[in-house]
Amino acid sequence: MVRVGKVFNFAGVVGGMVTHSCRTAGGVFLLLADTIRTMFRYRVRWDQLLEQMYFIGIRSQVVVLTTGAFTGAVFAAQVWFQFKRFGMESAIGPTVSIAMCRELGPVLCSLLLAGRVGAAMAAELSSMKITEQVDALRALGVYPTEYLIVPRFLALVLSAPVLTGMALVTGIGVGYFVAVQIFGVDGAYYWDNTIKYTDRKDVLIALIKAVIFGVIIAAIACHKGMNCPPGTAGVGKTTTEAVVNASLAVLITNFFLTVLLNAVLYSN
Amino acid sequence: MLELINIRKRLGGQEVLRGVNLKVGQGEKVVVIGRSGCGKSVMLKHIMGLLSPDDGTVIFEGTRLTGLGEEAWNPYRRKIGMLFQGAALFDSLSVFENLAFPLREEGEKNEDVLRGKVAEALKIVSLGGTEEKMPAELSGGMKKRAALARAIIRRPDLMLYDEPTTGLDPIVADSINRLILHLGKMFGMASIVVTHDMTSARMVGDRISYLHEGKIYFEGTPEQVDRCEDPLVRDFVRGHAQGIDVTG
Repeated sequence: MVRVGKVFNFAGVVGGMVTHSCRTAGGVFLLLADTIRTMFRYRVRWDQLLEQMYFIGIRSQVVVLTTGAFTGAVFAAQVWFQFKRFGMESAIGPTVSIAMCRELGPVLCSLLLAGRVGAAMAAELSSMKITEQVDALRALGVYPTEYLIVPRFLALVLSAPVLTGMALVTGIGVGYFVAVQIFGVDGAYYWDNTIKYTDRKDVLIALIKAVIFGVIIAAIACHKGMNCPPGTAGVGKTTTEAVVNASLAVLITNFFLTVLLNAVLYSN
Repeated sequence: MLELINIRKRLGGQEVLRGVNLKVGQGEKVVVIGRSGCGKSVMLKHIMGLLSPDDGTVIFEGTRLTGLGEEAWNPYRRKIGMLFQGAALFDSLSVFENLAFPLREEGEKNEDVLRGKVAEALKIVSLGGTEEKMPAELSGGMKKRAALARAIIRRPDLMLYDEPTTGLDPIVADSINRLILHLGKMFGMASIVVTHDMTSARMVGDRISYLHEGKIYFEGTPEQVDRCEDPLVRDFVRGHAQGIDVTG
């Protein structure tokens, strides 16, 4: 009897978690739909959009470029250690370049954006929510999605591919420096093979992924911020959940995107 | 001007409003009193369309507002001003930007006109010269007054005050009460003041409604409320904690 009770309890807990996850996912999709509808229905607030693009795009550059540079450097070094055993040093360039474009660039850049920008968005919106500033906006006849969400959403979706592009260029460039200047790989071979085997489609995959990850991070962070429970503890909880959920969603979506984009772009 | 008919609202599994009926006439000042958590602020949020009732109707200037979508509410919200309990100034904007915000939303772009209107509104609430300050640099009373200036800058027909004197010292609280009276006289606007501060209620109210267990339990002039012998009203008005075990 006790065992049956425990099984029911466990089923109840799992059921509760599934229901909560479904409700949250539904809320995120509804917010996304409302954001896209609002984007076409209202004029864009350029001042807000530029302010957000400055915060997201310009202020994230140092972090993103550093990450891109050291990822390219470490990857080039690791590949050199493995490939030199088989005399394949000339393949280091395309390996670094393709890995940076297809996976490392967009995924690492998005994880950094989830941590830096997603956290800031969730914290700012939830603070506004608990101090009644969101209600005050509504009371002044302003639709919060239009004023708060759309500029943040657009700024992140536009900035993410640009930042990813910068991370790719830096990563590939620093990879070249490490392989050629430090490990003595022939620069002409390295560069020639990099260009020869890196397809335009590889860069396209990076940019498509960056845009989709930008959408995911913005939607999750804004949803969390706008649904913050009351109290200052709620702000901390919301911020943590926004970063964790956005990071997990990026990693899980990345797998499906990899399969889908390869199937679509390399079907011939 | 405003009528609430049988408003019911359930929040977090608890029925907060259980059929609130309230009428406010043109230029009338109604004070809603009641114990903490009895649903006073929830009631105000229904008038502003920040919450939708589970049942019941809100009628403002002859128009039924219940059931309107978020965007359809906006023209009516522009005729109603609200002073929030925590002031709710936008903390990333200066006092000037906060006050200019509703005017800019109405399409006013002329910077000189904006400066003039903001200065006038700040003068009314005795905050002249604070335009460039940020909300974080203001005291609690100054924040309330700045928020009040923002709420009245569009000359609303109805003002809602959510606990306007809570957390303020008696002198500042008195200045806010005088301001509420002054604004009513100056612009002829009706007002609903939600409070549990009886000094404030007696001072600003033409009529006082006592909200208890989600319903208007008693209504009358300040004198009638003071003379009321109903134990619930009497205990609240006199601040007696009878029936509440404080000894543990």
